[in-house]
Amino acid sequence: MSQANAHSHDHGHHDQESLKQFGFWLFMITDVILFATLFATFVVLRGNTASGPIGAELIEMNGIIVSTFILLTSSFTSGLALLSMNKGDKKGLILWLAVSALLGLSFIYLEVNEFIHLVHEGANIGTSAYWSAFFTLVGTHGLHVSIGIVWMTAIIFQIAKRGITPVTKRKVNIISLYWHFLDAVWIFVFSIVYLMEVM
Amino acid sequence: MFETIKEFASEFFVTGDPMILGAQVSIALAMVAIVFVLTYFKKWRWLWSEWLTSVDHKKIGIMYIICSILMLFRGGVDALLMRVQLAAPELEFLHADHYNQIFTTHGVIMILFMAMPLMFGLFNIIVPLQIGARDVAFPFLNSFSFWMFFAGAMLFNLSFVIGGSPDAGWLAYPPLSELTGSPGVGQDFYIWGIQISGVGSLASGINFVVTILKMRAPGMKLMKMPMFSWSVLASSVTIMFAFPILTVTLFLLFLDRYVGAHFFTVDAGGNPMMYLNLIWMWGHPEVYIVVLPAFGIFSEVVATFSKKKIFGYKSMVFALMSISFFSFFTWAHHFFTMGSGANVNAFFAVTTMIIAIPTGVKVFNWLFTMYRGKLSFPTPMMWAVAFIPCFVVGGMTGVMLSVAPADFQFHNSYFLIAHFHQVLIGGVVFGYFAGLYYWWPKMFGFKLHEGLGKWAFWFWNIGFYVCFMPQYALGLMGMTRRFNEYNFDMGWQPLNVVSTIGAFLMGIAFIFQVWQIAHSIRFMKKENTGDNWGQGRTLEWSIPSPAPFYNFARTPKVVAQDDWWEKQQRRERGEADPAEVIAADNAPLEPIHMPKNSGIPIIMSGFWFIAGFGFVWDWTWMVVLGLVGVAVSMLARSFNYNDDYYVQVDEIERIEAAAARGAN
Repeated sequence: MSQANAHSHDHGHHDQESLKQFGFWLFMITDVILFATLFATFVVLRGNTASGPIGAELIEMNGIIVSTFILLTSSFTSGLALLSMNKGDKKGLILWLAVSALLGLSFIYLEVNEFIHLVHEGANIGTSAYWSAFFTLVGTHGLHVSIGIVWMTAIIFQIAKRGITPVTKRKVNIISLYWHFLDAVWIFVFSIVYLMEVM
Repeated sequence: MFETIKEFASEFFVTGDPMILGAQVSIALAMVAIVFVLTYFKKWRWLWSEWLTSVDHKKIGIMYIICSILMLFRGGVDALLMRVQLAAPELEFLHADHYNQIFTTHGVIMILFMAMPLMFGLFNIIVPLQIGARDVAFPFLNSFSFWMFFAGAMLFNLSFVIGGSPDAGWLAYPPLSELTGSPGVGQDFYIWGIQISGVGSLASGINFVVTILKMRAPGMKLMKMPMFSWSVLASSVTIMFAFPILTVTLFLLFLDRYVGAHFFTVDAGGNPMMYLNLIWMWGHPEVYIVVLPAFGIFSEVVATFSKKKIFGYKSMVFALMSISFFSFFTWAHHFFTMGSGANVNAFFAVTTMIIAIPTGVKVFNWLFTMYRGKLSFPTPMMWAVAFIPCFVVGGMTGVMLSVAPADFQFHNSYFLIAHFHQVLIGGVVFGYFAGLYYWWPKMFGFKLHEGLGKWAFWFWNIGFYVCFMPQYALGLMGMTRRFNEYNFDMGWQPLNVVSTIGAFLMGIAFIFQVWQIAHSIRFMKKENTGDNWGQGRTLEWSIPSPAPFYNFARTPKVVAQDDWWEKQQRRERGEADPAEVIAADNAPLEPIHMPKNSGIPIIMSGFWFIAGFGFVWDWTWMVVLGLVGVAVSMLARSFNYNDDYYVQVDEIERIEAAAARGAN
């Protein structure tokens, strides 16, 4: 385990980049718990619609399926960005990161549209416990994606300026981890919040 | 115009209470005095560049400890006020509203703003030294954690003079904590104060897990790691798994209050009981988070002052890890009376009882470590020895409470109050005091005055039993918690008077400790040795006290558990060190890679404070300002590639030579 062995010649200085990557894995564990708590809340409260509208009446599955595919594709393109980076292809890296961010942006656009539609139909966060849990869970995922878009954009600028260095490499690795993670969370949102509601 | 300002001020500031007015005036005076002193002695720049922006784990640790001692003072004053109120039946000292605020802030401050920072302070100062590292894994994040804690603590404490304190209990159960039950801003201060500092705690948890898993000196296998570092690992892993639940829970309560959601309301399908489940899923692990490091400290202190290796090292590790595992499966014992049914209660009763087993293992290990040891009793060891019987009694009453049917009688009575104060004071506070006394010379290079420390010790201990033993009886006599007055006919007064006397004895003990610290700073001699107790066992004692900012001039090579002690033993026996140790000790000095100080953590936390304050008062412009500031700070950090430097060999040589001169 003692990672210092491999690096003890390096002024006893630990490899910061791999430390940060490991730290980010641990952060994702905490984020899993965060989402798990929100999912548990949703599952407990999903029946509590207080004689208001229920999800099955208002949810438009077509839009959800489209945005699911958009997010899955952006996960794939962020993988392509990683491949470009490992080949040392700076242009390809920037291109695929930009595509991923844009796909993320369209996902957010669709989600905001969906929320507006729902509010228009008379379901907002204060309508019932069910809708409180719905908007909070889906919205927290959306907030994560939005933060990821800003973050990815910042990294694109850094790569444009500094090229592919150990530091920018680590940053791309981490954002791509984060991006795949949000994709995985969305699969659960899709299954538990949407599919179980309309099926 | 003047009228609007007056109206605003009367809502904004807490008015009408002479005690709070006194506090407001003294806070204002203290702030003016601090600004004056800093300006007069031209210390602003020093404060900023040496402390506020420091990423040095030792300085951050010291700042944590200073804050926690201040918070201990505030939480302690709260406690004394409550005890005065309860000393006589139907006393008109604190009216009900004020009493509610005081027991709420007492609980929150003691756990989250006293115990937690004291714990993080010791983590910070000791763990890197103990595992032979130059800093924690993420020094910048570490500084961020501290300032988030600080911003949260300030926000919470601000409610005392601005807007009004929270008054829905330390865990703020809904529906009381909802807008309908607590329409004031106090509850919002509670949510944002804890939320902001909680983010800092979560980051610290991750930081220390990475530090311990990845940054140990070569040769220090996990099973050779000092016991305190093991306990920090157990506690940090628990933080990682528990704190996200707190974040979500407070966020949901915030949504209920801020945008009218219905998670925990009684109408529109909300479920207040779910809050209880969620908050205790964090809250129960939280008490183990604070007590596990205390166990680690006792293990170090008992081994050191018995001059013996800790008894049952492996079982100690196993006990630590299993406690942190089981701590996640006991939460419902806090509300056996909720009516979850016999099966659920039985499950949680059994898991609760199971935790007593590894804890018992640890107690026996400490006892067996002392058995036939060469014992000495300086103050850290006195605290450790006082802890054992105190914690055993507290633990046994805990087992009594875990019996679900019996708990229907004990629930929310003073029996419970006495129980958890006994484990928290007897376990956590005694433990952290032991650690503070034990490692004080490592932090500052001089010991705390032993005589005054013994006075403080005896006042604390006698005061503790005088205060809390009567409360067990009061609980069995039917006295429930959180009542600000009782009728003379209940017959509770005599024991309450005794209890109040005990509380004041502990207050006197605290004064002795402050005196002890002030006296020691002034008069205690700087010791020219790194091994201040002369019998240290672990790596932190192998370097000068206080440690140079880079900690270890050469990365040490570890060959044994209690490596430093073993090395001294070899020296005494006239044996040579193993070749790899000699090689590591005589390796040529190399430039040391260090992180640069950064102002971003304190600025970003300042923006979180602004955002939190805006949320509390529902001022959108302020929220936006705060959150934009946070985002800009994060981007500034991301775009900054110039965050490290090398300490050159000649500077290391100079510092090491100065330390060696001191030692001779």
